Amino acid sequence: MIEILDILVNPNFWAAAIRIATPLIFGVLGALICERSGVLNLGIEGIFTAGAMAGWMAVWLGADLWTGVAVAAAVGGAFGLLHAVLTVPFGLSQHVSGIGVTLFATSLSYFAYRTALPDVSSPPRITPFQPLKIEGLSDLPFIGTALFQQTPLTFLALFLVLAVAFILNRTPLGFAIRAVGDNPAAVEAQGLSVFGLRVGAVIVGSALMAIGGAFLTMSAFDAFFFGMVNGRGWICIALVVFASWRPGKALLGALLFGAFDAFQVRLQTEVGAFVPGQIFLMLPYLLSIFALVVAARKADYPRALLKPYFKGQR
Amino acid sequence: MSDAPAEQAAVLKLTGITKRFGALLANHAINLELYPGEIVALLGENGAGKTTLMNILFGHYVADEGTVQIATADGGLRPLAQGSPQAALKAGIGMVHQHFTLAENLTGIDNILLGTRSLLSPIASKRSARTRLDKIMRESGLTVDLDTRVSRLSVGEQQRIEILKALYRDARVLVLDEPTAVLTPQESENLFQTLRSLADEGLSIVFISHKMAEVLSASDRIAVLRHGELVADLPSELCDRNMLADIMVGRHLEPEARSEVEKGPALLKLSGISTGHGRDALHNVSLQVHGGEIVGLAGVSGNGQGALARIISGLELPRSGSMEIDGRRLKPAPRAVMREGLVRIPEDRHRDGIVGEMTVAENLVIEDVRSRAFQSFGFLDFAAIDKRAGDAIDAYDIRCPGGDAVARLLSGGNIQKIILARTLDKEPKVVLAAQPTRGLDIGATEDVHRRLFEARARGAAILLISEDLDELFQMSDRIAVIHRGKVTLPQETATLNRSQVGLMMAGQESEDAA
Repeated sequence: MIEILDILVNPNFWAAAIRIATPLIFGVLGALICERSGVLNLGIEGIFTAGAMAGWMAVWLGADLWTGVAVAAAVGGAFGLLHAVLTVPFGLSQHVSGIGVTLFATSLSYFAYRTALPDVSSPPRITPFQPLKIEGLSDLPFIGTALFQQTPLTFLALFLVLAVAFILNRTPLGFAIRAVGDNPAAVEAQGLSVFGLRVGAVIVGSALMAIGGAFLTMSAFDAFFFGMVNGRGWICIALVVFASWRPGKALLGALLFGAFDAFQVRLQTEVGAFVPGQIFLMLPYLLSIFALVVAARKADYPRALLKPYFKGQR
Repeated sequence: MSDAPAEQAAVLKLTGITKRFGALLANHAINLELYPGEIVALLGENGAGKTTLMNILFGHYVADEGTVQIATADGGLRPLAQGSPQAALKAGIGMVHQHFTLAENLTGIDNILLGTRSLLSPIASKRSARTRLDKIMRESGLTVDLDTRVSRLSVGEQQRIEILKALYRDARVLVLDEPTAVLTPQESENLFQTLRSLADEGLSIVFISHKMAEVLSASDRIAVLRHGELVADLPSELCDRNMLADIMVGRHLEPEARSEVEKGPALLKLSGISTGHGRDALHNVSLQVHGGEIVGLAGVSGNGQGALARIISGLELPRSGSMEIDGRRLKPAPRAVMREGLVRIPEDRHRDGIVGEMTVAENLVIEDVRSRAFQSFGFLDFAAIDKRAGDAIDAYDIRCPGGDAVARLLSGGNIQKIILARTLDKEPKVVLAAQPTRGLDIGATEDVHRRLFEARARGAAILLISEDLDELFQMSDRIAVIHRGKVTLPQETATLNRSQVGLMMAGQESEDAA
């Protein structure tokens, strides 16, 4: 028990939790925006990979870091556009299109990487984002280490939680997105474009997902590896349900998952001698499933989620 | 617009509207004008093209031929861009759809304001909108709590939000599609009072309906559509019920009358049946229906009719009590009751009456696939099934492209005909008919009534569960009333009057009423 307490009172544990949560925050916000408009985006896993790859490669080719983030967002938006065109005007199955986008984006990223670097054995490194020093805050005991020694992308993610919550709950655009995810006929009857809103939401959501991927190669690590996304996209899809499609709860869910993950790494070093390591790796996923079972029973699904809308159809 | 001569200028003009869906001619060369301050009823049977016409007006569909023109400020007319709800809204046309177009996860006011402001404006201040809406609500009497989520509002309140949506956008023309389909009689009355006062303020109103009574009482002018054509456009005071029914259906209708049939033995006998709790309970229900007799069971929906129908169908075991068919007490199970000669016309015909994705032919034999007649060597005999389907489609006049059409695409009336053909052709001993004409138009209703009378003449015992007093008094030999799970003793229809039964449906003893 003492070991567990030791882990929890160490500020580095909390810093790690927030760091691990950062890509999930981007991803879960992106998925949330898509789903609030009525479109499930299972392209998320591939869009993460594409964002990680594109952002990193832009920087490796000489762009500065923020340009890399922009490139990642643009690539994510492009895959989002693909998914949106297939599912919104064409009304194809969102599951099938999403899985297709994931396979396509992942393969294309690996292909681009291999084409650019045919015979590299160890991945080339870039200089990633450095922790942002905030005068006065970063040096505070405990709190400073736990909260204020993060890279700029983490602060961007936290800011976006507020921004997305504000847009969804306080602006006409947000009301329109929520309405189109609940009853597209209501949006059309009020003279707004169902297709425009949905396609736009999917593009913006996908761009956020890609920034989540870019965080991996440009902030958490400094290079691109195959398989580095490792299911984070799927976790975001589950977290959206956990969050009941609310940005604040989405942040909570991502932090919870980050904390579980950071916890299992540390627990492994403490008691790893007695228990196989795979058990620890499983822990965050098991706990996520448990949290989902508890939370998702009363989840407030957007009523039009997964339902394509065709004009004039009754 | 307030000058006297301007009264005659149309606010809206439809000219030569034609719309086809594949081979179906939904609207054919329809001309219709609408004047300020009048209420026009658009009457027609299901599938006559009423909703299609209004959807063209509102821009959900584009007409194949014809124009829609709307009055301009200087009294002239200008063409309205088709296929654009936005253009229709801008021109002052508001539509209340039959299936409300409300985002249920937003509040009333947010639904009303949706699309009225630029999507790029940063903050949604509602103060000025609220002031205006308060004024509109005060003047129109359409009061509703604007800050409640729509999902928590009653159907009547949701409809008020829909009307407020149109009024907030300064509608000059208000279209309502089957506005009373979901309302209680009291709510309907309030709605028409509100509409009248709005019309007095100069609003032009079109409402779609197939209910004769409300059309006659609430409109200034009645336009009748039949098979996509405008067959009449008359001032309401010149119309009466029979004439409208004839115009609507296109032939003269005589209400089916009860013939004399000799009463047979008690074929359906319920004794002391109790079950369930709350709104779906039954308390000590006993009832007998004889051969050659229709017993009407009157009651407001949700007083135990569902439980009773399930028990008679064998879908639910009663807590106590027994059921006999033709003198044989039976184990309640769907197969057992069917074998004894009971057939069911279920209340929700789409959900329980057909399998929507299967074809008309398959639905016609679905209860009989175990029978030898439709098998050969243990496999389905499709030749026999198709022949049966062809016969039934002819005999029952089921309007469909053919036996291989998907059943779900048929109109409610034709789906009901499938069910009638499947059930009544077996010459059943007992017929359980739950709300058999709900939602059907006049023609289809007449059809159902005729078929039930035929079954009665063949000696079947029929239990007719209905909310419609007209239907009950026309059809039943005896009438019982169900209220909160208790069923009164059936009395001869001739000895009862409507207000008596109405009061009993509301829970008063017949002695009090008499």
